[in-house]
Amino acid sequence: MTRHTLSVLVEDKPGVLARVAGLFSRRGFNIESLAVGRTEYPDISRMTIVVSVDELPLEQVTKQLNKLINVIKIVELEPSASVQRQLVLIKVRADATVRSQVLETVQLFRAKVVDVSPEAVTIEATGTSEKLDALLRMLEPYGLREIVQSGMVAIGRGARSITATAVR
Amino acid sequence: MVFGIPGGTILPAYDPLLDSTKVRHILVRHEQGAGHAATGYAQATGKVGVCMATSGPGATNLVTPLADANMDSVPVVAITGQQTRPLIGTDAFQEADICGITMPITKHNMLVTDPAEIPRAIAEAFHIAATGRPGPVLVDIPKDVLQETTSFSWPPDLRLPGYRPTTRPHGKQVREAAKLIVSARKPVLYVGGGVIKADASAELLRLAEDTGIPVVTTLMARGAFPDSHQQHLGMPGMHGTVAAVAAMQKSDLLIALGARFDDRVTGQLGSFAPDAQIIHADIDPAEISKNRRADVPIVGDCKEIITELIDAVRTERETAKKVDLTPWWDTLNSLRETFPLGYDWPEDGTLSPQYVIERIGALSPSDTIYTAGVGQHQMWAAQFVKYEQPRTWINSGGLGTMGFAVPAAMGIAAGVPGRTVWAIDGDGCFQMTNQELATCAIENLPVKIAVINNGNLGMVRQWQTLFYGERYSNTDLGTHKHRIPDFKLLAEALGCVGLRAESREEVDEVIAKALEINDRPVVVDFVVGKDAQVWPMVAAGTGNSEIMAARGIRPLFDEDL
Repeated sequence: MTRHTLSVLVEDKPGVLARVAGLFSRRGFNIESLAVGRTEYPDISRMTIVVSVDELPLEQVTKQLNKLINVIKIVELEPSASVQRQLVLIKVRADATVRSQVLETVQLFRAKVVDVSPEAVTIEATGTSEKLDALLRMLEPYGLREIVQSGMVAIGRGARSITATAVR
Repeated sequence: MVFGIPGGTILPAYDPLLDSTKVRHILVRHEQGAGHAATGYAQATGKVGVCMATSGPGATNLVTPLADANMDSVPVVAITGQQTRPLIGTDAFQEADICGITMPITKHNMLVTDPAEIPRAIAEAFHIAATGRPGPVLVDIPKDVLQETTSFSWPPDLRLPGYRPTTRPHGKQVREAAKLIVSARKPVLYVGGGVIKADASAELLRLAEDTGIPVVTTLMARGAFPDSHQQHLGMPGMHGTVAAVAAMQKSDLLIALGARFDDRVTGQLGSFAPDAQIIHADIDPAEISKNRRADVPIVGDCKEIITELIDAVRTERETAKKVDLTPWWDTLNSLRETFPLGYDWPEDGTLSPQYVIERIGALSPSDTIYTAGVGQHQMWAAQFVKYEQPRTWINSGGLGTMGFAVPAAMGIAAGVPGRTVWAIDGDGCFQMTNQELATCAIENLPVKIAVINNGNLGMVRQWQTLFYGERYSNTDLGTHKHRIPDFKLLAEALGCVGLRAESREEVDEVIAKALEINDRPVVVDFVVGKDAQVWPMVAAGTGNSEIMAARGIRPLFDEDL
């Protein structure tokens, strides 16, 4: 199975998320990551859905998604032709003895410290899921107290816009 | 025409109905009946069927018919009342999240929260239900939204940016298909319900006669092509004819028109039509290559596709080398002659259910519309009634809803007054929904119900006989043993004429009597043997080459394919 990133433009209406999520679970697909947000058009939302699935079932799920009345457009974003980012907030144990080592790791990953207390720091980092996984691996020895992760968002490289053609 | 039952939250919509001269409302006895009636109406007329119910239990009673209509792609609009906006989400009296509940079993649904949006919502619902691949749409309207006043302009503009069904087929794909068609040696036209939905029977007949290609019609497509036509091999699938199943298995080109490669047609998918290339024409792109990879996909409306195919095949034939289909027809004709549809009379001297159904078909007017429940009687009705016209066979194919027949017959009779409507029902099915006969009697819908009464849940019993060592767990309904209920008396209690036939001699006489009665519904209790079985049969989970013409006889498996 390979990982695919789908950008789904939907009408901003109640229940759309349930429709999309329900369709995935009903047809036996597991959503790895999901992010929903507004777009440059007030009545269109954009979902970024990451699924691990083979080519043929992916085609089927895309077609089924397209059948939902509130779904306007679906584009698969190839990792090489798009920018993909996730955000993670990590609360890591960092007392005086290890704090400098933790901060060094933070710098290495171009992450940021957004909160400090005597026993812990909270780190904000963005990147691909691979980068964030690597950061978490590096921080793990210090003691991860709490992690919260956003869904992946993705946008195609270059000047073209997938929303522009959808609203015509 | 609306089928429904009022209740607390839908009352504001019912009140003005009292004064309406345009809308006929038929007050049913159970909301499930309203839903199936709307389906029967839609299938018979080609128009959108409408049902209406109140919130909570009224709405949840529509779940089965909506799922049924969804599986069989029937244009139905359901309008439900909902608790008032401030009470939504509070577990209020008769509150059910019907939009959430029906999300996976409708083509679309919507909760209207703004009174000004009602006209648009209704217009969109009808548009979505009727266009593209048809299907059920539910509109849920809170009571306080129904009670407000709003300005009304008609028609409203539809706002459906994500809904653009493709109807025009791609010219290049049609040409590709035509190329395959003219060069195939063992082609088969695999015709599904989409051909009826698209009103494309005339075009299909032209294409078939132009090309000389054998035709099979699925359970949903019976009537799309005349049964009397020499090129028709009958129904494929689990209980299809040997010739139809064999034609597909041995085919080198399946031309699927408005069909969806359902498991009941393909049997074990991996061994289905192993040598066939596939042309798959359907209005729903998601059906194409869902179960079987298509070599030539064509998305569009079947009527347009077939029309363009006819021309493309003619053009293609001018240059292509002519293929002689005679050897193919020889094979199929020999199968057709060796394994015709047939049945044996029960050894215990009881009445043969197949005979009853065959006689109903033979004695009724040619434009009679038939419907059925689900089970043995349904398969026999599909096999032994001869269908010559589209929209004369209306059944629950995909969902397999027992109890479909009586309410569907009611909807059909309401939709096409004056035509003879026969519901071929089973004694199990009949006991699920027969209360709608009261509606039929009161609303002057003179349907005819043939209860093929074998005293058992016949199809389940058949499986128990074949696959569960004749252990008959909970399939004897007692309708024979105790004569409970007495269907004749029950019919009369419901305002119908009750008749009964128990022997071969009585069959024709009783059918003739039933056909004479046109002022009331008629129920005929045909007391038949309990051990009759549906043959041929492809056992669930096996390949179509293992089709059994009768128990233990595998014509395709045994011979050299």
